[in-house]
Amino acid sequence: MVKEKDMEEDLSREDSLQVLTFCLQDDIFAIDITKVREVIEYSRITNVPHMPEFMLGAINLRGMVIPVIDMRLKFGMPKGEITVNTCIIIVEVDTGSTGGKTIIGALVDSVKEVVTFEPERLSEPPDIGMHLKPDFIKAMGNEGDSFVIILDIDKVFSSEELLTISLPQNKEEGVEKND
Amino acid sequence: MENFEELFIQESLEMLEELEASLMELEENPEDENLIAKVFRIMHTLKGSSAMFGFDAISEFTHKIEDVYDRLRSGKMRLTSHLIDLSLAACDQIKLMLSDKSLGISDVRIAKILDDFQLLAEGKRKLLPTENESKPYISLTKKQSKKSDLSSERIYRIRFKPNQDITRRGVNVSFIIQELTDLGTSTVVAHTFDIPNLEEINPELIYVSWDIIITTNKTEEAIRDVFIFVEEDSVIDISIIDEVDMDDDSEFECKRIGQILIERGDIEPEELNRLFKDRKLIGQVMVERGLAHPDMVESAFAEQEHIRKTNQKKRQVAAKASIRVSAEKLDRLVDLVGELVTLQSKLTQFAISKGSDDLLRIAEEVERLAWDMRDNTMGLRMVPIGTLFSKFKRLVRELSSDIGKKVVLEMSGEDTELDKNVIELLNDPLVHIIRNSIDHGIEPPGERKARGKSEYGTISLSAKYSGADVIISISDDGKGIDIEKIRKKAEEKGLLTRGQDYTDKEILDCIFSPGFSTSENVSKISGRGVGMDVVKRNIESLRGNIEIDTQIGKGTTIILRLPLTLAIIDGLLIKTGDSTFVIPLPYILECVQVSTHDLSIFSADVIDIRGEAIPFIRLRDRFSIHGRTPDVEMMVVVEENGKKLGIIVDSVIGEHQTVIKNLGGAYEKIPDISGVTILGNGDIALILDVSALMSVDVLKTKGGV
Repeated sequence: MVKEKDMEEDLSREDSLQVLTFCLQDDIFAIDITKVREVIEYSRITNVPHMPEFMLGAINLRGMVIPVIDMRLKFGMPKGEITVNTCIIIVEVDTGSTGGKTIIGALVDSVKEVVTFEPERLSEPPDIGMHLKPDFIKAMGNEGDSFVIILDIDKVFSSEELLTISLPQNKEEGVEKND
Repeated sequence: MENFEELFIQESLEMLEELEASLMELEENPEDENLIAKVFRIMHTLKGSSAMFGFDAISEFTHKIEDVYDRLRSGKMRLTSHLIDLSLAACDQIKLMLSDKSLGISDVRIAKILDDFQLLAEGKRKLLPTENESKPYISLTKKQSKKSDLSSERIYRIRFKPNQDITRRGVNVSFIIQELTDLGTSTVVAHTFDIPNLEEINPELIYVSWDIIITTNKTEEAIRDVFIFVEEDSVIDISIIDEVDMDDDSEFECKRIGQILIERGDIEPEELNRLFKDRKLIGQVMVERGLAHPDMVESAFAEQEHIRKTNQKKRQVAAKASIRVSAEKLDRLVDLVGELVTLQSKLTQFAISKGSDDLLRIAEEVERLAWDMRDNTMGLRMVPIGTLFSKFKRLVRELSSDIGKKVVLEMSGEDTELDKNVIELLNDPLVHIIRNSIDHGIEPPGERKARGKSEYGTISLSAKYSGADVIISISDDGKGIDIEKIRKKAEEKGLLTRGQDYTDKEILDCIFSPGFSTSENVSKISGRGVGMDVVKRNIESLRGNIEIDTQIGKGTTIILRLPLTLAIIDGLLIKTGDSTFVIPLPYILECVQVSTHDLSIFSADVIDIRGEAIPFIRLRDRFSIHGRTPDVEMMVVVEENGKKLGIIVDSVIGEHQTVIKNLGGAYEKIPDISGVTILGNGDIALILDVSALMSVDVLKTKGGV
């Protein structure tokens, strides 16, 4: 039934979109529900050295070691407090260049709900005025008088984005950091 | 569809491997009809499945080859070495065709192979063996009957007719028969037709003779040995029958002819069946005409039955082979079982804290189950090394004939199991070593003869367990390595200092240096000096080590020691700040307690341990771990390639056997970290990459000192 409607619709926006919404600072973001495997409570994250700050480390998800990324830091927001609402959304990402699927945990302030956006409630992301890379945004979802930023999670977690490794070049730098 | 095609290619490659192995075996036992049938069967399966997946060229190609094997199977052709060569070339061709679907049947190389096969099939070339081209093939690979698989078993027919008065010499015939039947699966038929009427019987005489059909992997001599005391007083006739003798039975011959007629369309199947219905069994006919004694016929039937059963067993063994499971699924299973073990230890903890006996009992049972499961799932990854060894048969055959040497490949310990990953990574190093043995080790036949050795050189591959390791040795009985020659070359290259004393081991280790070769002329096979350093690197990447043992004139043995699996390592758990790390145990020399004072004596990062200056790094600095450094720290001294390094950590927790996991995706290549592991309490610990830490340190000390 959706299909029939599509035929008449603009080609760039064919389907209604079911997303999981979550909060970061004051904004509401969303991820395509088909990319979400599960949502788990915050648990201790093991730090992994030489990684950019937004890569918090790894957790053990029933025997699988999964990297966790702080979405606030990734999007240039200040680091948040860990509260009872803090969650890790486990997403399945097509990493593109390396091929295959990678499972990644995204640390968010809180998870809200599952929302279905009909095509007419979706719009193109604005060209300016966003602090995010335009590539990261799939669409904007119109919810009453506010907007939900629907992320293109494959782009956000593409291997190019993640593989920025920081190595202490020499001893001095390492010491400075420690101080 | 893509998936299916991939699966097909995968399966076909495996089939080709099997085909190669069967061809090599066939070369040893050219008369073995089972093997011919096997080759035929594989070709046939390849033909069918390739047609199904649209690889029409392969289908057509194999179809033509199948024709040739059909002729072979029906005895219209003889097996020649030429045919084996062609078939092996065909295998290679099929491999190419699998990777390149566009290769058509009209491709020059393919056409050439087919033409050759055609010639063979028509018998224009090979029906009459000519002097130099198709002498019956000499067995290249000596059979070792250590393995007890059914293919090395033979069926013997033993006719035993003791002299009538044999009991007078104190021989108990039943013991002999008992001893024979103990050699393998057997069918015994007694011939009673010599027994006279009751009044004529002398109870001290034996009137009976026996036909014993026996399937065994013992040699004919072993069977003859059973008769050692009665040989002179009996008629003993031992012959190998296998399936071959079935041809004697003209009924089978008739069927074959019938089959051919049907295939040609000359006769309808129904007509043939009617014919057969009318026909009496050949045995019956013989008895009726008085050509054979019923006893004899009965014995022949027993023999037929025995062979049938043996073949059935062989087929059954082949059928239980395996199920294909993707490595990914297996890894996941291993992960899950690991989790189960973790959870179970939590349960045990809880049960103990509750003090409930009932709960404790359940916890214990779960524990046993969980550990069993863990062991079993680990075992799933293991494959026998024989699969790898058998690949080398062809390598040896081709290499040795290329350079005109005669080499026999012996194998033992093929059922030693190793992690599949390890086996895959072992292939290249072993190829290098075997090439070296054939090229440098084994002498040409003439030279061998002159030295009083057998014309055939022997390379033996063996594998055996040694604790948590597997030892693989590759030895040849060639000329050995001339240590003086190595030394000279090493001195020329500046690897060794002239005039200094070195142990043989130190000199031999030069072989593993890149670009090292004593061979004056570079041959097609080796001599370029690339190889042994690659071998060493590969083996070390498998966390194994390599040793050479050589005796001039007698041969060289190369010993590889490898861990059973790459999935588990023994490590030392250490802690810095909140993070737990694992240092692989094999690298660790010692742990020393150090105070801040000890570390600040020198300006550079070097510490004095019993008079030896050892460079060190602080894990806290290296990994930018926050927190306060404790007053007393621990230093773990690690060593690789003779270089030492101290790693300063907050505390040492203890030894820990861990399952290695990779972080995957985003964390694929983290500097200084070789993997992760999950601890008993569910926490994650990172495994340090000691070699990486070492190389970093070298740069640093160069600048610092």
